[in-house]
Amino acid sequence: MAQIIVDPLTRIEGHLKVDVTVDGGVVTDARIGGMLWRGIEVILKDRDPRDAVTITQRICGVCPTAHALASTLCLDDAFGVATIVPDNGRIIRNLIMGANYLQSHILHFYHLTALDYVDVAAVATYDGASESLNAVKDFIGRGELGPFVPRYEGDYRLSAEQNQAAVEHYVQALDMRRISHELSAIYSGIMPHQKAVLPGGVTAVPTADNIAAFLWKLNQIRHFIDNVYIPDVLMVAGAYPDYFAIGKGCGNYMSYGVFDLQSGQSDPITRDRLLKQGRISEDLDLISLDIRRITEDVTHSWYSSNSGLHPSVGETEPDPQKAGAYSWLKSPRYEGIVYEVGPLSRMLVSYGAGEPTVQTLVNNTLTALGADATALFSVLGRHAARALEAKFIADKMAEWVLELNPNEPVYAEASVPGQSTGAGIWEGPRGSLGHWINIEGGKIKNYQCVVPTTWNCSPMDDQGKHGPTEQALIGTTIQDEENPFEIGRIVRSFDPCIACAVHMLTPKGRELKRFRVV
Amino acid sequence: MGNKDGSGHSVTSKSRPRSVSRRNFLKLSGGAAAGLWLATVVDLPKLVAADGKTTAAQVAEIPVIWLAAGSCTGCSVSFLNTRNPRVQEVIVPEVVPGTHVSLRFHATIMAGEGEKAMEALHDTVAAGGFLLVAEGGFSTKDSGVYCVIGEDESGTGITALTHLKEAGAKAMAVISLGTCSAYGGVPAAEPNPTGIEMVTDIFEQEGITTPVINIPGCPPHPDWFVGTIVQILTRGLDSVEVDEHKRPKTYYGAKIHDNCPRRGYFDRGKFALIPSDPYCLYELGCKGPVTSSDCPIRLWNSGTNWCIGCGHPCIGCVEPGFPDEVGAVFERASGMKSSGLHDVVELVGLGLGAAAVAGIGAHLVGSAAAGRLKKGGE
Repeated sequence: MAQIIVDPLTRIEGHLKVDVTVDGGVVTDARIGGMLWRGIEVILKDRDPRDAVTITQRICGVCPTAHALASTLCLDDAFGVATIVPDNGRIIRNLIMGANYLQSHILHFYHLTALDYVDVAAVATYDGASESLNAVKDFIGRGELGPFVPRYEGDYRLSAEQNQAAVEHYVQALDMRRISHELSAIYSGIMPHQKAVLPGGVTAVPTADNIAAFLWKLNQIRHFIDNVYIPDVLMVAGAYPDYFAIGKGCGNYMSYGVFDLQSGQSDPITRDRLLKQGRISEDLDLISLDIRRITEDVTHSWYSSNSGLHPSVGETEPDPQKAGAYSWLKSPRYEGIVYEVGPLSRMLVSYGAGEPTVQTLVNNTLTALGADATALFSVLGRHAARALEAKFIADKMAEWVLELNPNEPVYAEASVPGQSTGAGIWEGPRGSLGHWINIEGGKIKNYQCVVPTTWNCSPMDDQGKHGPTEQALIGTTIQDEENPFEIGRIVRSFDPCIACAVHMLTPKGRELKRFRVV
Repeated sequence: MGNKDGSGHSVTSKSRPRSVSRRNFLKLSGGAAAGLWLATVVDLPKLVAADGKTTAAQVAEIPVIWLAAGSCTGCSVSFLNTRNPRVQEVIVPEVVPGTHVSLRFHATIMAGEGEKAMEALHDTVAAGGFLLVAEGGFSTKDSGVYCVIGEDESGTGITALTHLKEAGAKAMAVISLGTCSAYGGVPAAEPNPTGIEMVTDIFEQEGITTPVINIPGCPPHPDWFVGTIVQILTRGLDSVEVDEHKRPKTYYGAKIHDNCPRRGYFDRGKFALIPSDPYCLYELGCKGPVTSSDCPIRLWNSGTNWCIGCGHPCIGCVEPGFPDEVGAVFERASGMKSSGLHDVVELVGLGLGAAAVAGIGAHLVGSAAAGRLKKGGE
């Protein structure tokens, strides 16, 4: 029996440690620990509720917009203005959020994931006219290879030409993710940490010229998604087809829904949203969602708090010496069931809900791959879903921006109530995101977030069931224990964000020591 | 030493013993590398081959360790947004002829993971002669246990604080990138749950004399960071003139309010009353009068827009008092420690048109009189 510890697991947001036990070449146990805590929710107490939009964005600089939207929807609810946000406000919120999805998905595939599959060293033999590839070739020739080495060696399967094309696209994608931020900034002022979204609507005003600017900047990204991003995902899939059968996980998928399509709606679970709300499993039969049934277990987390509470009344009493605990993350569950969240979950839920464009995109992709639906429940299924979702959202954004009306308001007056509660239910690029607020005396009494990576990287629950990423690791065959590519490829397919996942806990500190399980 | 007229400070203005490695760096950056670069410009035929590229032997490699601690990664993401030059132009070729920035460790983008990543970090620290970029808040409470990056040979986790001390002591210079690293920022806001401290204070306590430049901002503008790097590489560390908060004066030298395109409305006393009104945002909480940066002129995201451009008040994110002492986002700036306090008084005393004084002067003076303006210091 061997133990493989990957610490830090790089090319994710934040600090993550992965600890797996391997027996006979197969992963028999997996434990994942988040290694960073900042206490953002503790900081929010006693502040002006409106500051939650600014401060919760600082949970994550990759997806600040998701937190901005979740907190704004939470405040819309608490302030009683959810139904009076004007159309322009709703649409500009969607455009800012959509731009963040495009930025995050492009960044994830090219700059966080690609180096698991693409061999940069292949550019050393490049013989062509590409400016970016020749720059990389010169770079390799100088022998200073950081940040591309040291790395795991061995399982790089693309041809030299494919590797070279992928590296060129890696460089091109740096421009595309930057342009995605410029796209957002047309209405959000700045990225990261957008400024325009606030309870009641947005601050930014649409004009004919910024509508045109948005549309044509967006069209550059749409061209890239259609002609580079999706083909590259298919190229990687062609060379690593075994990853359609690796990293399946729990097989249960959930989405809170995202991108409001109509104004005047209050209940987030019944709102008409582009990507649908619900739960689904491998049979692809959609079942309904009731956020009141979400609980958080702490049996295997360093807390002495009661287990199984709803997050809006969650307790967080740290107990670093707790027997059997191995993570600062809690274990969110839905009626005790383990759920995966993220792009794959959203595409499956929307597929099951009968969203016609999603059905066409998924069916055509499976046909192109010669695969059936079971291929979706995998490492490559997550990457494919993310790429298809980017296309689906980008194409819709091109329609939405033309629905803006420069002569109409963007904001409906919203004021801070003395006492109220609210919930913001939304999807960030990485999955289901919930914010809950309790206001007393016009100040924040309590603020709670349950974020996507807490679902996906959760430890075992009260019944001993592993979290989705742990389940995806267990049972995997590790080909080379010195170069365990499989671990990073599986974990990264979930696109974990540890700054998000462990921002809300309140530990008092612990002895720094190994918490290994052998 | 500091500027003779007292109006600015060089980065190394505190008189402290200089390590050999740092002296080498100053020589390299201010002397050799700059000399090489200048020589390349004035004497092209000798140093540049026919294809226009310098040869490998002429390239000075500047190793960089990018250490992200209690961070949201937003500073790194903002760096990726650099437009002129683009990020691939900063990292891959010689960012200025003759000098290549070799990014050896950056956990968010590097290929290696686990032991491979730690190997890159340890080897670079051991070799010395590198530039350290510190991002995020460095927690000191409970020995910094709230942020752990990798583990040592015995399997014990290594805190970001330990990495900072070890790498910081051996670095040629440190750039504290972003408000969290420079001043504490959001994670250091009350009640500062993890005991975040400024990198400069941690160094002071540890007797680490490596020079530090602060590039604050939540996030920092990529131009502020890339520009400072290029200045160090071409003109030397001591050429970077900083203010009393160790910020380069080139980028943080003027108040946002002084250059704001909505300033005319302020002077006429015409204020936005609800968000999306096109007038001065002071009444909606704008911190522009007490915030020093060139945002109104430089703009953000390749010149696309900026905070006030989209109708949102400035939140004062580059200031040492962000977010607590600059105040709530939508409440009027009531004063700040240090430069902020000074400038609010100055604002009332000097710069205002009559209408503006009538509109806001009483509020500011009232705040000062009531003792609500906080004093400097921690």
